[in-house]
Amino acid sequence: MKNLLKRKTSWFSSGSPWIWLNGGAVAICMLMVLGLLGLIAVRGFGHFWPADILQTTIVDRDGKSQIVMGEAVRDEIISAAVARDGGYTVAADVELITRHLFKMGNRDVNGRDFAWFLDTGMGKWEYPADAISIERREWGNFYGYPVAIKEHDNIVSELSGSDFWEQLDQRLHRALELHDKIHRIEKVDIGRINNQMDELRLERRRLELDGITGAQMASADAQLAERRAALEAEYDVIKKERDEILAQATRDKLIARTADGKEVVVAFDHIVRVTRPNEMGVFAKSVQYLDRFWEFMTDEPREANTEGGIFPAIFGTLTMVIVMSIMVTPFGVLAAIYLREYAKQGTFLKIIRISVYNLAGVPSIVYGVFGLGFFVYTLGGNLDELFYTESLPSPTFGTPGLFWASLTLALLTLPIVIVSTEEGLSRIPSTIRQGSLALGATKAETLWKVVVPLATPAMMTGLILAIARAAGEVAPLMLVGVVKLAPALPVDGNYPYLHLDQKIMHLGFHIYDVGFQSPNVEAARPLVYATSLTLVLLIIALNISAIKIRNNLREKYRSASD
Amino acid sequence: MSPTALVEPFKSEPIKLEVKNLDLFYGPKRALNAVNMKIPEKKVTAFIGPSGCGKSTLLRCFNRMNDLVDACRIEGQILLEGSNIYDKSVDVAELRRQVGMVFQKPNPFPKSIYENVAYGLRLQGVKSKRVLDEVVEKSLRGAALWDEVKDRLHDNAFGLSGGQQQRLVIARAIAIEPEVILLDEPASALDPISTLKIEELINELKHQYTIVIVTHNMQQAARVSDYTAFMYMGDLIEHDLTDTLFTNPSKKQTEDYITGRYG
Repeated sequence: MKNLLKRKTSWFSSGSPWIWLNGGAVAICMLMVLGLLGLIAVRGFGHFWPADILQTTIVDRDGKSQIVMGEAVRDEIISAAVARDGGYTVAADVELITRHLFKMGNRDVNGRDFAWFLDTGMGKWEYPADAISIERREWGNFYGYPVAIKEHDNIVSELSGSDFWEQLDQRLHRALELHDKIHRIEKVDIGRINNQMDELRLERRRLELDGITGAQMASADAQLAERRAALEAEYDVIKKERDEILAQATRDKLIARTADGKEVVVAFDHIVRVTRPNEMGVFAKSVQYLDRFWEFMTDEPREANTEGGIFPAIFGTLTMVIVMSIMVTPFGVLAAIYLREYAKQGTFLKIIRISVYNLAGVPSIVYGVFGLGFFVYTLGGNLDELFYTESLPSPTFGTPGLFWASLTLALLTLPIVIVSTEEGLSRIPSTIRQGSLALGATKAETLWKVVVPLATPAMMTGLILAIARAAGEVAPLMLVGVVKLAPALPVDGNYPYLHLDQKIMHLGFHIYDVGFQSPNVEAARPLVYATSLTLVLLIIALNISAIKIRNNLREKYRSASD
Repeated sequence: MSPTALVEPFKSEPIKLEVKNLDLFYGPKRALNAVNMKIPEKKVTAFIGPSGCGKSTLLRCFNRMNDLVDACRIEGQILLEGSNIYDKSVDVAELRRQVGMVFQKPNPFPKSIYENVAYGLRLQGVKSKRVLDEVVEKSLRGAALWDEVKDRLHDNAFGLSGGQQQRLVIARAIAIEPEVILLDEPASALDPISTLKIEELINELKHQYTIVIVTHNMQQAARVSDYTAFMYMGDLIEHDLTDTLFTNPSKKQTEDYITGRYG
């Protein structure tokens, strides 16, 4: 009988250890990725949940009791010795004590909005139902109790009144609408007039540079003055309208009292949101949560980027990546086609290819320095002298901006696109090329009608990698066009609509700025997580859409590349 | 090896292609030795021989596909109706329009069935939809594929079976109305039924075109061709009427091969 029994093999030569090793490596990678995303998500998403407002008494360094109010942020256990060194009285037999970080808000009253308090001597934590949190456009949050609403100088509603909260809501709603109106007028209408005024100034300067005669100048001046007067008249009308709305917006004021009894008056047009978190159920909190999250995604930043939204940064990142893609794809694809299809294969080509591959490994800050030195100062400076003489000495393209940031990133990601495209081209079966040539097509016809369409999935792969790399890049951007606070979006309603010379905000740089350059570390911390999360999500979204396109193309050209 | 004698069993036939003293080198390696042969018009000529004997290489000389191989060097002449296709003034693309080729593996383009067939015409600048429609239908009918695909002309050609793809490629080749069609083992990747269809198609096509076919399969050569050339190690050993070559070969090597003693 044949021996079909299992051959005796050692555990090692059976291959199991390798499978375990490989599986383990995958598991660890997944754990690390999920851990990172989880941490960012929990910290980032948690920030928008309306926290309860607690009130308690603490004993300060001098042994005096004091009422504090705010949101509990986190706890920490410290050695008692540290507390003693800090000047607190702690019983001698205690070794470890807990301390709590409260977000107390009321920066205008207290001077600081985050503070640590020792657990020792702390009173009971209470959550008063009337406690409100006011999100303000200045001075951060206010925590306290509402007292009354004033219209002009007359009190129209008091807390004891039955319709107090209703009144508050209505008036707040009105104030927000008026604020939106003012904002729109300032951004759109006044922005447009300023733009046109500037245009007039440049026009005059252009005429000056053209060297026209005094008489012509005088007539041009008269004409310009006329147009300027028209603009000024228009401006006056708009400004008057704005002032009227502003006067309406400042009509109402909210009188509130802090936990320790100080009275504060907040004008309604400085309020973003008033909430009573202690009163709210889970549903109300969820609505609030979505509202705050939406605000974060669509609003402009306030208070040195530590409050408000990050919309300009999202928009800037997207615009930059798109402009970059438009620049890098044609260059990379054309270069790859030349290298793979036309260039004579030999030592020289090998050197070029190795250089291109190595470009991908150059630290990105080097590209930043190059971009600043060559693109911004040399190219941009010359562009200004050739085409924008009228606005000199203030630079147009001779200063960091969207275009240069995109161009620098395009340079940075060029090798990636070249390498992927080349690989795609080399994978096209030669039978397909020969089939086309045998029908009397020239090499160029074969290339453009058959080979390049077949290589598009590979080009898309290159572009995906390029986008992933570019969207997360920060270091070079700091030099070539990204700023912590851009005055306007690079796309607006004024000609030429896309302003390539404008400075932009960027999510990556925003993280750096908020996290490490912010005056208010504690306030900024959750925003760092939230912004990181947004950046990661944005890159994922960009990648997914590119992958979708690629898969569609692959499906279209399925079996040819098999 | 001494240059093979010019075999002329067909003095009465009009000659389409004539090979004169053709040597071909891949780098230092000699792949064809002073080949001389004549290929009669509107007949099917089959090349047979063991792998690596140079039959595909010779076939590819007829439309200068060997130009694509970097290290390939050719000496001698091939005359297409009396003019040398290796002359410097020859436009290779124009030559390939007149000498079409079908390869071993079906190689449709990643386009619709319609566009595959129309490809050659579009290259020539034909834009009229009426003309294209007409030629596409005629070519697909010519390649015995029309009935199978007429309802899905605009589907991707990759959706066709291997045999259909090969007939599509033949339709693509005849759409530009070449004078010669070169078939490089056109049925070797296909199943017996598809092979049969291709062979029937070849019998149809020879009324209009001069056909040269390379095949591994001697039965196929016997079935479809009028003339057969036997090649061995870069030499043309024997070239004769198919019947004569298979029943009464004049060379011992040919006899050994067709009786299966080697190859």
